Amino acid sequence: MTTDAFEIPNLTLALPEIWMLGVACLVLVVDLFSGDRDHTPAYWVAQLGLLSAALITVQAQWGLDVTTFDGNYVADAMAVVLKVTVLLLTFLAFAYSRDYLRERGMLRGEFYLLSLFSTLGMMVIISAHSLLVLYLGVELMSLSLYALVAMRRGSPAASEAAMKYFVLGALASGMLLYGMSMLYGATGSLDLAAITDVAAAESRLLLVFGLVFTVVGVAFKFGAVPFHMWVPDVYQGAPTAVTLFIATASKVAAVGLFIRLIGEGLEPLHGDWQNMVLLLAVASILIGNTVALVQTNIKRMLAYSTFNHIGFIFLGFVAGSAEGYGASMFYAVTYSFTVAAAFGVIMLLSRQGFEAENLEDFKGLNERSPLFALVMLLLMVSLTGIPGTVGFYAKWLVIRSVVDAGVMWAAVFAVIGAVVGAFYYLRVVRLCYFDQPEAEGGPQPSGSGGFRFVLAANGLSVLLLGLFPGALVAVCMAAFG
Amino acid sequence: MIELSEFLVLGAILFSLGMAGIFLNRKNAIVLLMSIELILLAVNFNFIAFSTFMGDLAGQVFVFFILTVAAAESAIGLAILVTLFRSSDSIDVADLDTMKG
Repeated sequence: MTTDAFEIPNLTLALPEIWMLGVACLVLVVDLFSGDRDHTPAYWVAQLGLLSAALITVQAQWGLDVTTFDGNYVADAMAVVLKVTVLLLTFLAFAYSRDYLRERGMLRGEFYLLSLFSTLGMMVIISAHSLLVLYLGVELMSLSLYALVAMRRGSPAASEAAMKYFVLGALASGMLLYGMSMLYGATGSLDLAAITDVAAAESRLLLVFGLVFTVVGVAFKFGAVPFHMWVPDVYQGAPTAVTLFIATASKVAAVGLFIRLIGEGLEPLHGDWQNMVLLLAVASILIGNTVALVQTNIKRMLAYSTFNHIGFIFLGFVAGSAEGYGASMFYAVTYSFTVAAAFGVIMLLSRQGFEAENLEDFKGLNERSPLFALVMLLLMVSLTGIPGTVGFYAKWLVIRSVVDAGVMWAAVFAVIGAVVGAFYYLRVVRLCYFDQPEAEGGPQPSGSGGFRFVLAANGLSVLLLGLFPGALVAVCMAAFG
Repeated sequence: MIELSEFLVLGAILFSLGMAGIFLNRKNAIVLLMSIELILLAVNFNFIAFSTFMGDLAGQVFVFFILTVAAAESAIGLAILVTLFRSSDSIDVADLDTMKG
């Protein structure tokens, strides 16, 4: 960081973040003055803002690899892919959650506002190129998410989930910061590029000490085993609309956090963090699969099965190669769109005073709604990773990168994990198609036409990605080329 | 002259106290907030010590940001604490166990 001269930063490079900030402030003002009970103007401003931000991101940053703001901000292809994903996931979260929130009296402007600020935090993480900006992005994302989880104020479960999320999230930030202070002490700079340079040359003791704390902090944010205690409770206690947002967008941002801070910033220490990441991945796959088998609440089941997928994402990091990061990014992107649709189906079956949270609620779904039973089938088959689905290509890319890195036993372990995962995912399919519904007929699909349309399109896109994965794979690989 | 290592040891002690406060505390949720604050202050201590001994200002600028964010964090933490107390009439950490499995 230079202190002698002040250069005007290239603001057009950071246009996506500036635009999102403007949209969030606009939503605040529009919602304040509209007086609409359903917050329709705020909803449309937010949705149009998100879509236009995705376009602006591609326009302003695709194909570049430059830093601005004195090296604090980077615009590259990886940033474009992850940011567009985060923006589209937020779009889906808003589209799915509108009816759900309205029926429960939680449809307030704050939901849109906090989600938009959280999205802005994720974009800042993804484009951060110094420890300070990374930290501010993480906190902007997390602080908004804590408040979102606590949004259902009357519910003891939501407050309890928010408290657990807050305490463990703040602990994770503390770990991350402690690690960052050590990295700063070892390298004398907050700039990630300078840290990489010094890390390649300097003595390693203090650096590795800082590295351990940063890996733990990032693993907390991911929810990787053994730093996973908060995930099931938060998934279950938070309103499903917020669970969707946390389960998808924040995971994609966490991929950005890992690659920026550890993958690129501490690249010279790859030999040191490789085994830590491998351990986290194997533990995540093991614990996630075994505990998911016995869950009866589908939100908790999805929470535990998340660990399985986080394990796969971490396996992609193990190689530390461009192919590995590309595979992890492809995995995170496709997984988050699949899970977003799964939470969408849960919200579709929920109605006022009833949450379709238990696996029994999916019994005989095919008789009530063949379309959404088919969507659920596609999602579960894709999450399992059966050949021909997008989940299969994601798993295959990750396992190939692990084999290339020469860690055969981890690849075998991951395949076994995927087979175990088939049991609890395909159980949902069995419930939908082959089981009779409960005596009273089970929950009927609710929701407006728009919601159903977006959900069906989301399910169909998972199918199409499975049939034609080539383009997205190429984009993800090119991002690290 | 106090050595850099002595500052770092003090920072490590504060950090460990904060950690112990979070994991050993079984009674009051406010103690959790205090422990989180202590962890952040330990980090500030590290940053200031490094910054002073290296003659680089960036670390001290970082501390200003951490202080600001910590204030926002406490505000949100206390707000969640209030909703928790209103919905379950207790801020006992041991009572935070309705969800299991």
